[in-house]
Amino acid sequence: MAEHEHVIKPKTYLLVFTALIALTIATTLVSYVDLGALSVAVALVIAVTTMLLVALFFMHVYYSRRLTQLVVAGGLLWLVILLLLTMTDIATRGWLGVPGK
Amino acid sequence: MASVHSPALRHHFDTVEQQKDASTLGMWIFLVTEIMFFGGAFAAYTVYRSLYPDAFAAASNELDIVLGAVNTAVLIVSSFTMVMAVYSAQTGRRKALAGYLLATMFFGLVFLVIKGFEWHHKWVEHHVPGPHFHFEGPYADKAQMFFSLYFAMTGLHALHMVIGLGILAVLVWMTLRGAFSREYYTPVDVSGLYWHFVDIIWIFLFPLLYLIGRHNHG
Repeated sequence: MAEHEHVIKPKTYLLVFTALIALTIATTLVSYVDLGALSVAVALVIAVTTMLLVALFFMHVYYSRRLTQLVVAGGLLWLVILLLLTMTDIATRGWLGVPGK
Repeated sequence: MASVHSPALRHHFDTVEQQKDASTLGMWIFLVTEIMFFGGAFAAYTVYRSLYPDAFAAASNELDIVLGAVNTAVLIVSSFTMVMAVYSAQTGRRKALAGYLLATMFFGLVFLVIKGFEWHHKWVEHHVPGPHFHFEGPYADKAQMFFSLYFAMTGLHALHMVIGLGILAVLVWMTLRGAFSREYYTPVDVSGLYWHFVDIIWIFLFPLLYLIGRHNHG
């Protein structure tokens, strides 16, 4: 919690920056490896990690007030609902073999 | 807080800090609407990729992975210069602030130029959806769906970049006019949030558009 203006040191930013570049290289290289169905999962885990680093440190969410953190988490939760509930429909349409489909 | 309040403090706020928190929260509310806006496109992508996984992999391999990766790095560099701009504002270094803002604009422009070359290349190859679309192999129609999503998503992203460049230009102008101080730099701060948000969208677009099915074709 920022009790007062929280100035983050350039050193921290540089460290996060290095991690972001490393993750970009990692996701590019790993895409050439055949991981089967795991490929998507690995790519998304790397993308989410990259996103979290940007949001927490570059966008200062880590140092923000609880209310701001709650709004960010809420936004992401609604995005997950959008994607998941859409896919529950698309993925399960053929399961029961409804006639006339 | 001293009894003489800051000239930057508007009267309907108690403290400078409260004023700044309100701006940050407001910007995040806007960014949440942006998450849902891009979320619709990502949902469409998820649906069609789950329906046509092979066609998406084949079409994705037509994109230039080197240009895509370089552009990802360029955007990350621009995000770094943006946080350094915010840091310069926080520590009251006006020249550094202007310099970092200009650097951010420069890398934003580099991204758009590279993107422009990529789009042009797709145009020449007849990979732009429409009557002249052409795709070798068994996946022509389904590949067109991939490229429709590719142009819609990278196009919307690029539009956000152009808007971001406009915002940065205004910030540079305000900086040179001396509008910001150690006490008041909220526009730099919230514009930074916007710029990083656009960066995050690309962080997802890059693996989802460029990297699927690379291992099939090497």
